[in-house]
Parts: sequence; structure tokens; C-alpha cells
Amino acid sequence: MENFTPYSALIGGALIGLSAALLLFLNGRIAGISGIVGKALFPEQRGDVGWRMFFLAGLVLGPLVLRLINGNAVLFRIETSLPVLVLAGLLVGYGTSLGGGCTSGHGICGLARLSPRSALATVIFMIVAGMTVYIVRHWIGVKG
Amino acid sequence: MLKNLSACLCGILFGLGLVIAQMVNPVKVLAFLDIAGQWDPSLALVMAGALIIFGLACRLILRRPAPILEPRFHLPGAARIDARLLIGAALFGIGWGLSGYCPGAAIAAFGYGRMEAVLFTLAMCCGMGLFRFIHRPT
Repeated sequence: MENFTPYSALIGGALIGLSAALLLFLNGRIAGISGIVGKALFPEQRGDVGWRMFFLAGLVLGPLVLRLINGNAVLFRIETSLPVLVLAGLLVGYGTSLGGGCTSGHGICGLARLSPRSALATVIFMIVAGMTVYIVRHWIGVKG
Repeated sequence: MLKNLSACLCGILFGLGLVIAQMVNPVKVLAFLDIAGQWDPSLALVMAGALIIFGLACRLILRRPAPILEPRFHLPGAARIDARLLIGAALFGIGWGLSGYCPGAAIAAFGYGRMEAVLFTLAMCCGMGLFRFIHRPT
């Protein structure tokens, strides 16, 4: 477990929780990113797009400013080829629309509200993601 | 206008949290999902941190009759556990496991200057469009 970074993980997680709490307190909205993106692109109600675009702008702006101040402090590695990355993106977009949420909407907001629906979704996407990584890395042999 | 600014502030905090937790790095996420490899439990602590803060806060907040800047709370109404939920979560799990990107992390990684995250996000938006095309109301 040499790569384990408990403190930055807890601090980062707390900031995400604070963001979700503020969005509920001020705007009365759930911070589920897939839902925010999906309904910004394909609006279901009038007057419902603005806050979504501003949230997403902030989601880009925060990391952008941090990088300008701090340089490339976070190491990056990606082991996925571009065609697989596109396939993964399609699956994430389709799957989160069908299942009504992603890691933030189900995994954090739904789970915190003790929604059985979100708890089940979280268990399933965690297990399936783990199985996918196992197959890719240990059967097919793409090493991380 | 105020509710757009507050949404922007929340987005900034969310993005900062993802970068500080290193969840914008796909290999870090995959190292959590790879229990048979060199397991990195960091992602579990990201979720724990977020769950503790939001879990406590939402209990207090939802005692109020309404949020500050909107007339009412907009909470997900769906309670049904059905095939769509299970299949959707499984498909998301495959995509997440293939890439190490979930929607929030991909968009924040784009802000952090990662161009492949743009490609992923565009494909994700296409997937969302495809869903609405297939399941459009007739």
C-alpha cells in the first residue's frame, strides 16, 4: 500500500462533501455530476440550464486555477488507449443516464441519504468496475 | 444570478476536492479498483470524507422548509429498484473500470489540463445523447 494517501484523500473527500452540502443548502440541488451534465445538454425543464453550466464551469475552473498556482502537483498516468477511452466514455454516459447516477449522485449523495436504490447502484458499479479492472489487468495483461 | 454564482462556487469546491484527493488521476482510481494488484485504498477515504460531511449536513439542511436561493428542494423522486438501475450501474461500472474516469473526475481532469479527458467527456456526452435517442418518449 505504498501509494496510499490517506490525508489528501480525506481532505479532498471532505471538500466534495462540503460542495454537495452547500449546493443542497443554497440551491436545493443534489450534486450528481452525471445528472448535472445530462440535463444541461438535454434540458427537461425551462430555466434549469443556467446553474448547471455555472457548476460545470466551476468544476473546470477550480482545478485550472489550482494548476496555475501549484504547477502539475498531481501526477498523471493513463493506461487506456484512445479507442478504449472512447468506448469507456460512451458506457459511462449511457450507463449513468440509464441508472440515474454516478459515483457522486449515487455513491455520495444517495448513500449519505440512505437511499436503498443508491446503495444498490453503488455496490453494483464498484463490483463491476473491480471485475473489469481484474479482467483487463490480470487476464488480458495490461499492466498499471 | 445569485444561484448561478453559488452553483459555480460549489463546482469550484468539488473540482478542488477531486484534484486534492488525486481522483483526477485515472491510475490512482484504478489502483483502488484493482484489489488483486498493489491495492490503494485512498478512494475509500475520499468517499468516507464526503459521506461524513454530506451525511451530517443533509440531515440538518433537510429540516429546513426550503433552501436559501430556491423555493423548494429538488430531490430525486425515483425509489424503484428496477432493471434499468441495475443494468445502468453495471454499464457505468464497466466504463469506469476501463478508464478510471467517472463523470466528475473527467471534467475536473480537463480543467487540470488533461486533453484525453476531453475525449472521454465528449464520448460520455454522446452516450447520454444515445440514451435519450433510444429511450425517447413516443
